[in-house]
Order: sequence, then C-alpha cells, then structure tokens
Amino acid sequence: MLCDHCKERDAVINLTQVEHDSKVTLHLCEQCAAEKGVETGATALKSPLGGFIMAMGKTAGSLLPATVDGTPCPSCGGTLKDFRETGKLGCAECYAAFEVHLRDLLRRLHGSSQHVGERYQQPGGEEADPARRLLELRHQLRQAVEAENFELAAELRDRIRVLE
Amino acid sequence: MMDLSLLPDGGLGWLDASGPKSQIVLSTRIRLARNLSGHTFSQRSTDEERLAVLDRVLEAAAASERLKRNVSFRLDALERGDRQLLHERHLVSKELAGLDQDSRPRPGAALVAQSPVGVMVNEEDHLRLQGMWSGFALDEAYAQLESVDADLGRLLPFAFHPEFGYLTSCPTNAGTGLRASVLIHLPGLVLTKEIGKVLQGLAQVGLTFRGLYGEGSEVVGNFFQLSNQTTLGKTEGELLDHLGKIVRQVIEYEGQARQMLLRTAPDEVADKTWRAYGLLRHARRLTFEEAMNLLSGVRLGVGLDLIPGLSVYTLNKLLIYTQPAHLAALEGRTGGDPELPTVRATYVRRLLESESP
Repeated sequence: MLCDHCKERDAVINLTQVEHDSKVTLHLCEQCAAEKGVETGATALKSPLGGFIMAMGKTAGSLLPATVDGTPCPSCGGTLKDFRETGKLGCAECYAAFEVHLRDLLRRLHGSSQHVGERYQQPGGEEADPARRLLELRHQLRQAVEAENFELAAELRDRIRVLE
Repeated sequence: MMDLSLLPDGGLGWLDASGPKSQIVLSTRIRLARNLSGHTFSQRSTDEERLAVLDRVLEAAAASERLKRNVSFRLDALERGDRQLLHERHLVSKELAGLDQDSRPRPGAALVAQSPVGVMVNEEDHLRLQGMWSGFALDEAYAQLESVDADLGRLLPFAFHPEFGYLTSCPTNAGTGLRASVLIHLPGLVLTKEIGKVLQGLAQVGLTFRGLYGEGSEVVGNFFQLSNQTTLGKTEGELLDHLGKIVRQVIEYEGQARQMLLRTAPDEVADKTWRAYGLLRHARRLTFEEAMNLLSGVRLGVGLDLIPGLSVYTLNKLLIYTQPAHLAALEGRTGGDPELPTVRATYVRRLLESESP
C-alpha cells in the first residue's frame, strides 16, 4: 500500500486519529509519519550506535570489518588499518579514497550518509573575493620562499601588490 | 603568566546568569568542527604543517569581520597552570591543552578568541569553533557561531564533500560538524531516583550525556551535559530543534520532581539545602568534589526559594573559581598545593559572606 500522504513510498504505519467523533485512519510511510510528529521507533533506533560504541570504549574505526586491506590514501598515506586502530582519518582525501567503507560506516553511525545541512562553497577565484585571494597568494608566497623558488616568489609578490 | 584580562569578559560572559532558564540550565555550548582542504588532519600532521595551518587561521581571523579583534594563545608556549586555567573555563579541551598524563600540547595548538566565540586550532580537527552562552539559548548561540563560521569559510577553504558534508578527523563528527550541548542541573531527578530513566530515554532519542567537562568526564554536583549524538543526515536546525525539544522536556520533569520533593518531604529538602549552605559558609577545608556537591544542594535551595538573597551569578562563579587552577592563580600557588582545600574553603566563605541571606 502506498503512503496516503506522499503517495510515493510504501506505507508502514497506520495512524488512527479521532476527529469530530469519527475515526480517521491514515496509512503513512516512515518519513511522512515523522513529519507528522509520530516517532516510529525505526528512526529512534537508527542513531544510538555512535553512543553505544563510545560507551564500550571503542572507536568508530572498530566498526570496520577486520579484513579491510592496507591500500594507503594517495594523499596522506594513511590506511584503513590505521583508521581501525585509531578511529581517526588522516586527511580529507581519505573520505574519497575509502569512500565505500566510509559510506557504510557513516550510515551505521548516523543513520544516513547524506549531508542535508548547510551547503558550503569553497572560496572561488580572484573576482569572487579579493581578500581571500590575497590570503591564498601570501600563503603560496611563503611556501615559494621556503622552497627557495624565487622566480615564483617574485611573480606572486607582484600579483599581491596588484591586489593590495 | 598569561594575561586573561585581554579577553574582555575573561571568556566567562555566560556566568552572569542572564540567559533564559539560567537557574536550571547553566549554559549552552555549540561547536562546529572544520578542516582546511589540502592539509593533513592535525593528529596525523607534522609540526611544520600544524604551524602552517595556525598561520593561515590567524591571517584569516585578522582579515575577518567577526574575529578581527581576537586574542590568541599558543598552548604549546603556556605553563601547565595557565593551560589548566583555560580548560577550567571551558575555553579549550583537555586534549588541546595537553593535560592528559605524560602529554604536552602539540606545536601549533592554539586558541583564537573573541568573546563569545573561540576557535581551537589544531585540536582533533584544524578548527573547532565554539562558544558558551548563559542559560538555555540554542538559537542565539547558533546564530552567533554560524556568522563566524560563514566569515571564516569565505577566507579559508574548508574541506567539504557534496555527500558527506564537512569532513572531520573522526567520522562521528562528519556532516554538519555540529555538537550542541546544554549544561543542566538535575538534583530533583537524582533525589527522586528518576534520573536513570531520563538518561536511558536520552539514548533512545539519539542524545547523549556527559559530565561537567565534556567527553570522558564524570558527573559531579548533579550537573549533566546533554548533547546531540549524530551530526549527519539532519540539518543544523533539525539537530538543534530536537535537542531543544528534549531539553525542554527534561526541564519539565526536573520541575515536577522538585515539586514532588517539596510536597512529600519539605523538611528533609529544607534541611538538606541549609546544611549544604552551612557547610559551605563555615567549613575550613573543602575538596573540589565536596564543594560541587554542596553547591548543588544550595542551588536547589535557591531554585525552590528556600534560601533567599543568594544570586545564581554567585553560585556560577563558585563553580568556576573553586577549581584547582583558578584557586592557585588567585592565591599565587601551584595546582598540587596541599593547602588548596583550605584556600578553597576561605574563598567560598568570603564570597558567601558578602552575599549573606
């Protein structure tokens, strides 16, 4: 049976309400039921795993199967084995390198792997925000000087002057 | 000795009990975890890279609207007593301050603060934006923190994934990176032995509780920190609404428990809170834990109008200033001083005398 509300998903909950002395029964899917403020139990049970493993004194990494291989992240060199042991990833690229395992893990920890919160756009090109571009150039300049790449440093310095 | 007076309110603005429901809810704290793309996460990083991250954060803060008048502290350059002081004020975590046994702060570990918001740099994540507000004030707290986040996010490239959201060192924080917690005083539920049920219920609705100092800390003085457990799959607003809804319910249960105590055992309750007051007012030596437990009794008495004339601000102040590093700093002593219980009792006596009911 389809959900009476969205008419898209399968109905899993029968919600009976009394309105004006007559009984109305709605057949709802989990999502629409939640929107109507009905706790389905399924939603409540999805989340506590994170708390549970913390309470056991274990790390999120311990949720991975013991057979995970040791292929390193191309960016930081960390492996899933490291993550299993420490519970911490090495860098942001690890999320791409171990995407399949992490998607599964995130679902088990949070009940979902899809971020629905604020979208973030990394600061864009020069026109987008000169202040931020300036910071980026200064950062690159410092690195160039440290690496004794003076040709690049001179070019960066000129671009910084223009922006300033 | 560092100069905390550089922070206009010493980072303790929330103590003034000006926020909603501040008799039961001491404070609202929110933190956002962020990382810079292109840098290894702090715990796996080298000293050079951590220092480079700190440089970038300091530059961005100086160029920002909301943090341009910040004060920054390098934890790795501070004495242990000073680091502990910052931790006791909830401005830095135990990890960032390097207070665990045999540990030191990492090079590059820093606090960049402009009240009421502070940024821990090179904690588990490159940036942990956080702040504390008086009372039960989730919406106001988030609005202020979010504007700092947006400000820094325009100047620094945060690591963000279209599916997983903000990327964090530990996947338990990924997505929104948001952890909101409410520090709440629940003596009524503890005395009526209802607290177990309430805490069990929290786990079922995806919330968690901790002690006064957050993760891994013991509950003392009936102070509980309630916070969201998951950070992904819900919007920031949904996470805050859900926590807010449950906290309102817990406040209501606490109120009912207090009324029941007053109805069924009025003499015992009055006796308990006045005894606690008497001990605090006259004891000559107090351990921190004893002081916390007695303060809990007095706070209950003030909440029930049994002890008149004592302000919640004073009670909040006692909570912070009776901690070891604060007492030591106040009296020019060191943290492990065997005379600290005497110093503590003297401090409590003086403060209560000045506001005697």
